[in-house]
Amino acid sequence: MEIRNCVLALILCHAAFVSCAVGLGRNPPTERISGSAGDVLEDDPVGRLKVFVYELPSKYNKKILQKDQRCLNHMFAAEIYMHRFLLSSPVRTLNPAEADWFYTPVYTTCDLTPNGLPLPFKSPRMMRSAIQLISSNWPYWNRTEGADHFFVVPHDFGACFHYQEEKAIERGILTMLRRATLVQTFGQRNHVCLKEGSITVPPYAPPQKMQSHLIPEKTPRAIFVYFRGLFYDVGNDPEGGYYARGARAAVWENFKDNPLFDISTEHPTTYYEDMQRAVFCLCPLGWAPWSPRLVEAVVFGCIPVIIADDIVLPFADAIPWEEIGVFVDEKDVPNLDTILTSIPPETILRKQRLLANPSMKQAMLFPQPAQPGDAFHQVLNGLARKLPHDKSIYLAPGEKVLNWTAGPVGDLKPW
Amino acid sequence: MMKLSALQQSYLNRRPGSFRGAAPLDSSADGANKSPAAVFWLVLHGLCCLISLVLGFRFSRLVFFFIFSTSITTNTNHFMAPFRQLTTTTTAADVASDLPSNPVGDAALNGTRVVVGRHGIRIRPWPHPDPIEVMKAHQIIERVQREQRNQFVVKNPRTVIAVTPTYVRTFQTLHLTGVVHSLMLVPYDVVWIVVEAGGVTNETAAIISKSGVKTIHIGVDEKMPNTWEGRHKLEAKMRLRALRVVREKRLDGIVMFADDSNVHSMELFDEIQSTKWFGAVSIGILAHSGGAEELSSFAAVEKEVEEKEKKQAIPVQGPACNASSKLAGWHTFDPQPYEGNSAIFIDDRATVLPMKLEWAGFVLNSRLLWKDVEDKPHWSRDLDSVVDDDIESPLSLLKDPSMVEPLGSCGKQVLLWWLRVEARADSKFPAGWIIDPPLEITVPSKRTPWPDAPLEFPSDNNEKTANNMEEAHPVVKHTKTRSSRSKHRSKRKHEPKTVVDTKQQSEQN
Repeated sequence: MEIRNCVLALILCHAAFVSCAVGLGRNPPTERISGSAGDVLEDDPVGRLKVFVYELPSKYNKKILQKDQRCLNHMFAAEIYMHRFLLSSPVRTLNPAEADWFYTPVYTTCDLTPNGLPLPFKSPRMMRSAIQLISSNWPYWNRTEGADHFFVVPHDFGACFHYQEEKAIERGILTMLRRATLVQTFGQRNHVCLKEGSITVPPYAPPQKMQSHLIPEKTPRAIFVYFRGLFYDVGNDPEGGYYARGARAAVWENFKDNPLFDISTEHPTTYYEDMQRAVFCLCPLGWAPWSPRLVEAVVFGCIPVIIADDIVLPFADAIPWEEIGVFVDEKDVPNLDTILTSIPPETILRKQRLLANPSMKQAMLFPQPAQPGDAFHQVLNGLARKLPHDKSIYLAPGEKVLNWTAGPVGDLKPW
Repeated sequence: MMKLSALQQSYLNRRPGSFRGAAPLDSSADGANKSPAAVFWLVLHGLCCLISLVLGFRFSRLVFFFIFSTSITTNTNHFMAPFRQLTTTTTAADVASDLPSNPVGDAALNGTRVVVGRHGIRIRPWPHPDPIEVMKAHQIIERVQREQRNQFVVKNPRTVIAVTPTYVRTFQTLHLTGVVHSLMLVPYDVVWIVVEAGGVTNETAAIISKSGVKTIHIGVDEKMPNTWEGRHKLEAKMRLRALRVVREKRLDGIVMFADDSNVHSMELFDEIQSTKWFGAVSIGILAHSGGAEELSSFAAVEKEVEEKEKKQAIPVQGPACNASSKLAGWHTFDPQPYEGNSAIFIDDRATVLPMKLEWAGFVLNSRLLWKDVEDKPHWSRDLDSVVDDDIESPLSLLKDPSMVEPLGSCGKQVLLWWLRVEARADSKFPAGWIIDPPLEITVPSKRTPWPDAPLEFPSDNNEKTANNMEEAHPVVKHTKTRSSRSKHRSKRKHEPKTVVDTKQQSEQN
């Protein structure tokens, strides 16, 4: 018996070694991405879960979009494209009895100012009204009080529905969403607005626009560090120190005359092309820690330098961000040049190979029509990984866990 | 990430009541009556404004959070910490100060080190580039770029076997130097087979030895005829001779035909590395007029231009592909516009036309020429079976011309240019382009302040002829009579100079 066990162990070890060697052998110039859960970026969610899409009246989705078509192009457009994707996806089921997850299509981030920024003030009421609708017309909400439902809330601080961090923290996640799974762009550890089990997604970046600005791969990368954006937000933070927790201002003050740092507030037309000629792209926090710069850096092969303490990056359980990007604490910003130049060149080349992997770029995008491995599929993979649902989420009939009247008085008004 | 602009801020400020987070303020906004509470708040607000003015930042918000943080149960730590920060910042309210550290330790109670609120802007004591870091960064960039280049390099490069037929003539040095420089830049191994009409000469050997690549210099006894047709035929024979050398020596690599007057791009050598057996590239045909156009009248030129606009013939010779990137035919140069005007003799001042398909546009794997190679494709003819006189283009080496691989994006890239420029038949040039013995002075240069007076001349000076003719007339006569013997000798050798002299003489007369 012992000998047989030994032989079995040997065979297993050998198999593991061979697969490892094969994995490493076929590499230049890309490398396979093995996340903490294995090679999950290429998983196919079809067949692993079923999603039921609630049919809400068009005032929750279509009519809002008709009022302002700009919602399709801004960075919060993921909620609209997710809806469209699910409507025609093979994971959709028309029979709610066999569904694992329930999706409520409500566009909460589409009430735009003339400048194009979304106002979150009506969103809690809109969401509440939608949930009241689904709980009264279908039995599935009351069965679990939303624990097998998921919502896409791509706004600044997710389901806290406010753009100012202090106010968002004060509001907290909308009471009714406290048991549901939230698909959001915001992610920061130990923060009120990121609840356990949420799926972080990248912000929407237009894939066609980025594809049309690709330059030949042979073009040598000659810029060391690249960044375009605000360092001070003079309109909203005149005295400084609030915006980006002072990190962007620190970058400017420390490196504005450093020839290695190509940083400015300009809006060049060659922004995408420049990113493809840079080795490092800074992705510092702004008013919220997430930014479309991360998506752009990954698509253009520029190593993202993430300056946002405790940030949770998109699909963090599937993508090993530590191996792909460089994380710099906000307090270490004055030493950014030392940090970046002390990275060994082999590590930098490895990061570039990982970034060159097409499945990595695909996972950050929301292409129309959907393609295998893209962000829609990663969301579904994330949802599939949470199955099967724990028995404890199912409540006894009539049992209520959430307090429907909690929250500011303004939220309780009908929408 | 997103924050409202000032415009929006003002829009919000118009509705203060519903958007202030702290409850007590609502009562103050609602109350229109002058209750003591309202007055108290007003006074306090004014005081806070004054303090802010002095300090330089708005601290009233923070004070509110501090005061009312006890009413909010969950997030006290978030609001306490900014106030502690406030105490450290009051000492140095200037934005550009560097702070010792963030009071992070207090917030660690909540498990997070990130706090909301105002933070200092950290600046290091000497916020300027450090030269050592800059050097390291440049080394990193260099390494990254090297890796980028390596991705596009050819794996397993094969030797380039260049075949060049040549013969000694005025323009030979010009043309061969171009080929020498091109071959010197090729990043692969090169074997250069130079076949010379009229036998091996030292002149040619001197030029090709400067290339630094391995050369095989062969002579063919026949002299180069002075008609283009004859030249094309002899060159074909010379190239076949070179191919036989490849066969005998069993040279391994890719054979390309580098005619001495053609111009080659470096991409050509990279592209031909991907040849499997027999490839074809597109050549740009530079058929120039040779000066013939000057003689035609203005009307004729206009007519030509009109015709050209109608035809738009592209001067490219090479493979043509169909939509599925397979070889469908050949682009050849259209000689019709030059009918009747083309050059026959090598020194004609007329357009030199290329052959239907130039040798230079074809490359082949040297193994096609070897004897006894097992995996040679059946559609290639054995070299021994090729009769010298019958060969016009290397396609004759194949039984099936459709097996040719089109290179350079299926013929879309022009990788080399065909050019034929030759001097007049009677042009002479100094052997090896070395002037020996040195030239006689015919005319002094006008402006050099020579200490010798212009009239005095020693018999052999090393100065060359200059442009200034008028002043020198008497002088010319002088030198001619004095150093007639050496002059006579030099007359025979340096004919261009003689031309100048006779011209001057005729002007004088």
